[in-house]
Amino acid sequence: MSITTAAHDPSGPSGHLPSFAREARLRLAEWQLALPLSLAFAALFLAPLLLLVATSFFNDDKITQPGFASWAKFFGDPFNYKVIFDTLLLGLKTVCATVVVGYPLALVYMDLSPRLQKVLLFIIVMPMLLSVVVRTFAWIVVLGREGVVNQTLLWLGLISEPLRLLQTELGLVISLTQIEMPLMLLPLISVMSRLDPNLRDASAALGASRWRTLFTVIVPLSMPGLVAGCLLVFASSTTAFISQTVIGGVRLIYLPLLIWQQSLVVYNWPLAAVASLSLVVSVLTVIAALSYLGRRSSRHLHG
Amino acid sequence: MQALAPASPQVAPAGRTLDVDNLTVRYGSAVAVDGVSLAIEPGEVVALLGPSGCGKTTLLRVIAGFVRQAGGRVLVDGTGIDHLPANQRNVGIVFQNYALFPHMTVTENVAYGLRARGQRGAAVDQRVERMLDMVQLGAFRERLPRQLSGGQQQRVALARALAVEPSILLLDEPFAALDRNLRLDMQIEVKRLQRQLGLTTILVTHDQDEAMSVADRIAVMNKGTVEQFDTPVAIYDRPKTLFVNGFIGTTNLLPGKVMAVVGDTATVALDAGATVRLPAQGIAAGSSVILSVRPEQLVLSPVATADSWPIEPGLSLPLGSQLVHEARAAGGTALKIVEPRRRSASETQRRFCALTPDARPSLFPRSTHPATE
Repeated sequence: MSITTAAHDPSGPSGHLPSFAREARLRLAEWQLALPLSLAFAALFLAPLLLLVATSFFNDDKITQPGFASWAKFFGDPFNYKVIFDTLLLGLKTVCATVVVGYPLALVYMDLSPRLQKVLLFIIVMPMLLSVVVRTFAWIVVLGREGVVNQTLLWLGLISEPLRLLQTELGLVISLTQIEMPLMLLPLISVMSRLDPNLRDASAALGASRWRTLFTVIVPLSMPGLVAGCLLVFASSTTAFISQTVIGGVRLIYLPLLIWQQSLVVYNWPLAAVASLSLVVSVLTVIAALSYLGRRSSRHLHG
Repeated sequence: MQALAPASPQVAPAGRTLDVDNLTVRYGSAVAVDGVSLAIEPGEVVALLGPSGCGKTTLLRVIAGFVRQAGGRVLVDGTGIDHLPANQRNVGIVFQNYALFPHMTVTENVAYGLRARGQRGAAVDQRVERMLDMVQLGAFRERLPRQLSGGQQQRVALARALAVEPSILLLDEPFAALDRNLRLDMQIEVKRLQRQLGLTTILVTHDQDEAMSVADRIAVMNKGTVEQFDTPVAIYDRPKTLFVNGFIGTTNLLPGKVMAVVGDTATVALDAGATVRLPAQGIAAGSSVILSVRPEQLVLSPVATADSWPIEPGLSLPLGSQLVHEARAAGGTALKIVEPRRRSASETQRRFCALTPDARPSLFPRSTHPATE
């Protein structure tokens, strides 16, 4: 049954077909719009990923002998488990820190005048406008032995000798919190500014305190933004190779550094591929879990 | 409805008096409410009526405690509530968009105020059940707000506001988002509940019909002040200012001059070309005046008399049971004349207009005539 016959005989038993055909053609047109991006994705993302998977199933660094030795070697070493665990832990710590600092900031943002909102938004987006290398070296200046933080604490007499902040996880989490903050705040602010301001007044008029309003109305309704922010910060901080390496140094080893060492220092590409896939899978697992929980908690908002 | 009768004695709180005393609100340098005083009786429904930006919503938000006043006081039963934050005022409010909590079911929404007051358990459930029965939404208790129609959402908002037994009920344009038929139903419903509970209620609206039908008294507001505070009938029949006159109902403004005042009867020569006699209070002979006449207080006639003036007839539009005629008097003054619709087979040209015998037009000194009116 072709479209033309149906179109010629709209009164026949298949009279409904033209509309069906039109719909099908429309759907095809939509697909065509997505085609360039799909092709680019396939060529630049999917193909390398498959290549990565293929590379991981070779035993030697010359990539000549297929086998499972690289997988066995990587997961046979307890050190690597610790690296995976540390990497995910770093992501979670950064997420917690950005939530603790970012959520109140988003609340403050909602109460500002439109003019001040623009100023604050500029400050929030600022880290994204700078090169990651510049941001990271700026943090070295801030956190170093002779840095701003230590100088200030010494001058205030709170410490007697400089704190060690560089090449510690604390220093790394502090700098990642600032660097990743836009990824938390932008989705959070976009969701929160869509909240009906009357909800807060309605809650107050019903006798609820500010804290009660915050935890029973504002937090549940801003959950989609919060979850989106957490996902972005987690994915970005666990893979932030430059910050991890420059601020964390070589003493703190996370998966990106391990991959870099295996691929560009030791030239063991199969092992680097296994490490890469471990990073992808472990980060995706946490993200899937987070977004599942997020969807559950905000089911009421969209069907 | 039947289920209500036994429940209402327990529900009904005694109506409170609400006094607004010389209240002033400023936003920066702009004055939103300028020295407003209102004395509202227990159980009374008062409509704050005015164009947008007249300060009516600001006044409501001050009473609710969302906005701080620059001066003046708000008293409930003679006690000032100005020092109380919004969550301790025990004021029920229904917003124009209802502001239901979208992530909570109908039951949770209605129970919210009770829970916020620390109530728990069966007492809350019972109260919620009774409120939902009262607004006839018992079958929808597990629904989310977005699964309800506009009218149902409004009932939930009303039940939520009433569940905590507020001392005052505030309604902020509550019917504006409803379509015409539903609006009338909800107006009747709100009025019924308000009567039953004896709640002192303030209704903010820009819709004069709504104010006329729901309110016991109307405060007509303009530019932050109350122009007139009176019953709907008094405001319609005896508007104190030209603004009130123009805002309530449709009116015809006829400029003229007072020729003579004898006793309490004034003789006014209209610029349109007629001389009419009217009851006059506080108007001196020789002053320029504006005569305000409701469209139903004018008649058309085919013959000229001493107190009629010539017109140029325009369009005639049927409006329900009435017929609205458009016309132009000498000097270009536009007139609207309303008469009952009847079959008129041979429509003679009626080129003259006069006041009906029972017309009670209002006289205003011409100087107060605002340029925009």
